[in-house]
Amino acid sequence: MDIHEYQAKQLLSKFGVNIPPGEVVYQTHEAENIVSWLNEDKIVVKAQVHAGGRGKAGGIKVCSGDEEVIKTVDKMIGMKIITPQTSESGKTVRRVYLEKGYDIQKELYLCITIDRETGGNTIIYSKKGGVNIEEVSEKTPNEIHNMKIAPGSNLLTHHARTIVYNLGLKGAIAKKAQKNILSVYEAFVSLDAAMIEINPFAVTKNEDVVILDCKASFDDNALYRQRIVAEMKDENEYDPLELEAARHDLNYVKLDGNIGLMVNGAGLSMATMDIIKYYGGEAANFMDVAGAATPERVAAAFKLIYKDPDVQGILINIFGGMMRCNDIATGLVNASKEVGLNKPLVVRLEGTNVDMGKEILINSGFPIKPVDTMEQAAKDVVKMVEENR
Amino acid sequence: MAVLLTKESKVICQGFTGAQGTFHSERAIDYNTNIVGGVTPEKGGTKHLNVPVFNTVAEAKKKTGCNASGVFVPPPFAADAILEAVEAELDLVVCITDGIPTSDMQRVKREMKGCKTRLVGPNCPGVLTPGIGKIGIIPGHICKPGRIGVVSRSGTLSYESAVQTAELGQSTIIGIGGDPVNGTNFVDALELFLDDDETDGIVLIGEIGGTAEIDGAEFIKSWSGKTKKPVAAFVAGAAAPKGRKLGHAGAIVNSGAETADAKKEALKSAGVTVADTITTIGDAMRKAMKI
Repeated sequence: MDIHEYQAKQLLSKFGVNIPPGEVVYQTHEAENIVSWLNEDKIVVKAQVHAGGRGKAGGIKVCSGDEEVIKTVDKMIGMKIITPQTSESGKTVRRVYLEKGYDIQKELYLCITIDRETGGNTIIYSKKGGVNIEEVSEKTPNEIHNMKIAPGSNLLTHHARTIVYNLGLKGAIAKKAQKNILSVYEAFVSLDAAMIEINPFAVTKNEDVVILDCKASFDDNALYRQRIVAEMKDENEYDPLELEAARHDLNYVKLDGNIGLMVNGAGLSMATMDIIKYYGGEAANFMDVAGAATPERVAAAFKLIYKDPDVQGILINIFGGMMRCNDIATGLVNASKEVGLNKPLVVRLEGTNVDMGKEILINSGFPIKPVDTMEQAAKDVVKMVEENR
Repeated sequence: MAVLLTKESKVICQGFTGAQGTFHSERAIDYNTNIVGGVTPEKGGTKHLNVPVFNTVAEAKKKTGCNASGVFVPPPFAADAILEAVEAELDLVVCITDGIPTSDMQRVKREMKGCKTRLVGPNCPGVLTPGIGKIGIIPGHICKPGRIGVVSRSGTLSYESAVQTAELGQSTIIGIGGDPVNGTNFVDALELFLDDDETDGIVLIGEIGGTAEIDGAEFIKSWSGKTKKPVAAFVAGAAAPKGRKLGHAGAIVNSGAETADAKKEALKSAGVTVADTITTIGDAMRKAMKI
């Protein structure tokens, strides 16, 4: 689960990380109080959306003077942020963060994440922080350093000291940076984070060390014991279909194509997306009907896919030994009645009572095509969607 | 000799009397798995599915001589259940549970360092040796005794692989699971199959996220001469967008090396026959074995 920058900063400040003073607003008039409370010459106005690259898309403005701040806030609320990490239509800004601006001496980079190779954590850091970090990692990978922490071990003072030396920091600044790094790591572990990225990790002109921007995501599996984090979820940042799927316990991810998918198993769902691409189509979604594919779950999942206006054809790929194909077919026919099915639907079922299942589908009176193999299913649905255009 | 689960295995189930533990233990018993008992705290001394229930794994081991366990314990308690089995020095622990916090698995990894127990999973379909038995949820009737070793991150794709290699049959199917921090990885499974006299060919099913497939490819590259075995592979997620988690906690592309294409390339360069789609994994295996 991702959270907003200001939420991540709220969490980190509880662990003693040095965060600029700031406050979030939802409406322009709220900004007036915040501006007078902050009482700074320079205030940064930042759009709060779950997407990187905000700065380049006009989502971060440095302002001086109350009037400019309020004008900027007014402009930003409701605007669309379009970055390489959002969809083409972008993301609407609903929350804006106001924080103290600094004169910066150095922009460093710091990121803690799970290390898949060792099963521990890894701290990625660089002297060359700032908006062009991706370019740095591509063109001069030797400028990106890595500190691996063994599974279940703590970040020790000597680890943080090494990082700080490699970042080229000395004296009082080094001490402050070291303390901040240890605190961020403590927050990472205590909050079951999956990633905390600080960019820039900044040294100010008056020799302070401060977290200027921060992105954080958390382990979904641990949210049950991280109530404060879980409550930070901003549903506006999610696709409405994804939210509805989550309520039905379905693993669903909205994609860019036009062929709706309903599959049992995460691996088989990915492989079905792949085979559709292989035959020239594109999936509108990833969907793993996790757990038992009962007729009720099948119907709920089917109705959800059908609702997606991008979907022009549907492929159902259910494979496994436990469930009965006739039950699944019945669930599908009932759901088809409810939605008044008029999009092509190709179904590949494998399991017990396959023939009974097929018969139910064929005799349903709906344009449902049962096929024997996944290959045939993919070919057929791609072709039918093409022909329907 | 098959790998992991053999004629000598004595299996228990942790979380035995729960809905999942009961359902899948019944099927394992139907498949003639040597299930000698189960563990559910506070239900010790009773019987379930005609075998004894114990309060602790240590007690189960003392009374039954069990050496393998299937863990069906809910996510908040699963890491502790794994470590209980490790402390009892079982040879094999297979954790089926999906949804264990990553930091819990990091702790398990630390505690297991240097110990003799092998962990398979979590978030996996388990291990099945055709004709011998199974720990987990792999449907028995789709697997046939034979000489292909299957190792997969995905459950359903391991089933597809079993069906497509039906006429060759399988020595053992190992589901290593879809979590970012797990026990047995591709290199471990490849090593087991390489040393197994009853395995002639290996099917490897990977997916996006992490670099375990690339480690596997490096390991295969190091094979030489007589000890080489043919490997066929598929990597799911070629159509996956960057930065989105697809079902499995570990199935997410954060960097270039984690894409399906990068993994397929690495496997190809190690001499592995890579299938374009999952529907041709059986053909790829036969091609790799020149049959």
